[in-house]
Amino acid sequence: MPSYVITEKCDGCKAQDKTACQYICPNDLMVLNRDLMKAFNQEPDQCWECYNCVKICPQQAIEVRGYQDFNPLGGNVIPMRGTDSIMWTVKFRNGSIKRFKFPIRTTPEGSIDPYKGKPEPDFSKIKKPGYFNYEARTK
Amino acid sequence: MEKETCTFSYCQKPEVVEIETDLLLIGGGMACCGAAFEAVRWANPKGLRVTMVDKAATDRSGAVAMGLSAINTYCGENDPVDYVKYVRNDLMGIIREDLVYDLGRHVDDSVHLFEEWGLPIWKKADDGFSLDGFQARDAGKAMLKDGGVPVRSGKWQIMINGESYKVIVAEAAKKALEINRQVTGVAQNHFERVFIVKLYHDANDPKRVAAAAGFSVRENKVYIFKAKAMINAAGGAVNVFRPRSVREGQGRAWYPVWNSGSGYALGMQAGAELTMMENRFVPARFKDGYGPVGAWFLFFKAKATNSLGEDYCVTHMDATKALYSPYAEKLGTAIRNHMMMLDMKAGKGPILMNTHTAMQELAKTMDAKRIKHLEAEAWEDFLDMCIGQAGLWASKNIEPDKEPSEIMPTEPYLLGSHAGCAGFWCSGPGDIPGTPDHYSWGYNRMSTVPGLFMAGDVCGASGHKFSSGSHAEGRIAAKAAVAFILDHADYKPTIKQTADEIAAELYMPYEIYEKYKTFSTDPAINPHYIRPHMLQARLQKIADEYFGGVSTWYMTSKTMLEEGLKQLELLKEDAAKSAAANLHELMRAWENFHRILSVEAHARHILFREETRYPGYYYRGDFLSINDKDWKCFVNSKYDAEKNTWELKKVPYVQMFAD
Repeated sequence: MPSYVITEKCDGCKAQDKTACQYICPNDLMVLNRDLMKAFNQEPDQCWECYNCVKICPQQAIEVRGYQDFNPLGGNVIPMRGTDSIMWTVKFRNGSIKRFKFPIRTTPEGSIDPYKGKPEPDFSKIKKPGYFNYEARTK
Repeated sequence: MEKETCTFSYCQKPEVVEIETDLLLIGGGMACCGAAFEAVRWANPKGLRVTMVDKAATDRSGAVAMGLSAINTYCGENDPVDYVKYVRNDLMGIIREDLVYDLGRHVDDSVHLFEEWGLPIWKKADDGFSLDGFQARDAGKAMLKDGGVPVRSGKWQIMINGESYKVIVAEAAKKALEINRQVTGVAQNHFERVFIVKLYHDANDPKRVAAAAGFSVRENKVYIFKAKAMINAAGGAVNVFRPRSVREGQGRAWYPVWNSGSGYALGMQAGAELTMMENRFVPARFKDGYGPVGAWFLFFKAKATNSLGEDYCVTHMDATKALYSPYAEKLGTAIRNHMMMLDMKAGKGPILMNTHTAMQELAKTMDAKRIKHLEAEAWEDFLDMCIGQAGLWASKNIEPDKEPSEIMPTEPYLLGSHAGCAGFWCSGPGDIPGTPDHYSWGYNRMSTVPGLFMAGDVCGASGHKFSSGSHAEGRIAAKAAVAFILDHADYKPTIKQTADEIAAELYMPYEIYEKYKTFSTDPAINPHYIRPHMLQARLQKIADEYFGGVSTWYMTSKTMLEEGLKQLELLKEDAAKSAAANLHELMRAWENFHRILSVEAHARHILFREETRYPGYYYRGDFLSINDKDWKCFVNSKYDAEKNTWELKKVPYVQMFAD
């Protein structure tokens, strides 16, 4: 299901050196047309429909239209990702709507302190099982 | 055909950036994020530099980029020995039990870290129902490491709210890398949007790997990373077979469409020995959208039947036993596919996942609020990890509690971390009782190329790691790689190629395009070159028609494989005439070269193994049964990239853990 960019809403992430969707797309699909200052998906048949461009777009200018190999028109799935949860609106072809909200994270963004409270590595064990902070299970 | 050269007479010459590091992590997925976390802790006291290079943005790169609704490997209350038995069973008897056991005894710590870092994990409520990550926290449920009880969807799987799974894991990895950067004083040690094309041997030790080269997909820069050791975790191979949806729907691959076989091709070109490349995975998934079925089978207890309501795993058991006993009775994933396809071929499809009866059955025990929670759980399964399937249900007005949905086997995929085991032959830890000599050569997860370690999809013969296991394996490999670096403290990587030679090699498709693009009025149709899009189409067609793709119901044979390999050789020659109009297409050109090498290894292994080890994934029409007497062994191979030759051999399988 390729992502598409709504002309009216996209502002090309203004003066940034690259757009948010360009930054995040795992498959390098999003590009900015510098003449129009609008982003677009340059290779829809390589889009995994991961929705990362949709979730990150500050203008909510990106949505997804189902792959027409097999999707009838009219359905739509729209996320609204916050800092600790995500809201989903699922719109059916027949007009009915379902909404869901799910947790995404129990800690504040950026709060991870990877080695806080963790032991220093013991170099006498570097060729033995286990990690710097963990003895491998024996059963 | 005339050989092309790149002298930068037509395309712009890139700036070449040379980076010296100690440990290079190729990839930014779960395995390399785990590797970064573990490596930095060991590297910092010794002043070693750790560098990660990722072709995408690490927050959302690799197979977990979209998110996941479950962690499929968490031993918890179970014995890792039983994990080995489960993996052995699902992979038709041939696995590296040392590697799998090693993973099982380590993996829980990675899951505990994920929870500590903020991944919401479902917990069992006092009344036996499930609590999501917030409900569990608010109810004061303990963390897993302190004895908290997860919601198991299967013996090894636990449910999570995993939309941000990769973002969380990447944050820890990026923080670790930054701490290492500050300790070692380097300018940069995390490179995003740099695509690694090739590894280079050491000038003084032609067996050892010394450098990796790639290019930026954002600016005209070629990067040469010289390292004392490397971890290759660049993923499996997707869209190598012609997919069932051939137009824009080919993006909806079951496994991430950006997994382009780079993990295999990088190691192969460095001369690392492969194992079990004949293995593939053909998941049965919801038709077209490829949404996950695991939670439906295991958590919601849904049954799959043919359109007549018959359970194909019952009706075809006797016939399947006749060909594939004792594996048939164990009902591994491949065998279930096999029996499903018997019904499909008999016209008894569509095959249906009976979501509606499962939900109605569960709802009988619930009040209205719980039923609503159950419905949300069902939708979250898709919204966390396969949003397109939710979109497909919406487009077709399908409500899972009211009607069943069709399931179908997909096109084949090559991978070693999910339910497949295609990858490289790596050293195990060596300390596990019963380890044979040929399983261990000093450094855990090191390939047969000194200094080159493997993790995730490309560490072979040890599938069913999934996301947590890949992270755990990256950590195992990282610790061993640091030990290797410390043991070879005087080593300084040098390569015989000059920076200009490497830049010319990597930019060749760009040069070819610029040289010829005006020959015809439309650069899409030009006899001097092949664009990546069409090269991939031809690869998919060859793989599909000759190597057992969907169009032959996964059937192939010696004669078909040999013909396909002839055509693949021509394609490989044509790949030297790949043309790229821009940096994005330059990445596609090299990705598809990586795909070709991955598929060639796959076909050669299938040709060598004269039996049908994985019925339901592929069939050798000329050797239709499983032959344990001659083939209960590994098939290993080595590719010589300079001579373009292959060596294949049998390697003994050793059962280390009794049934």
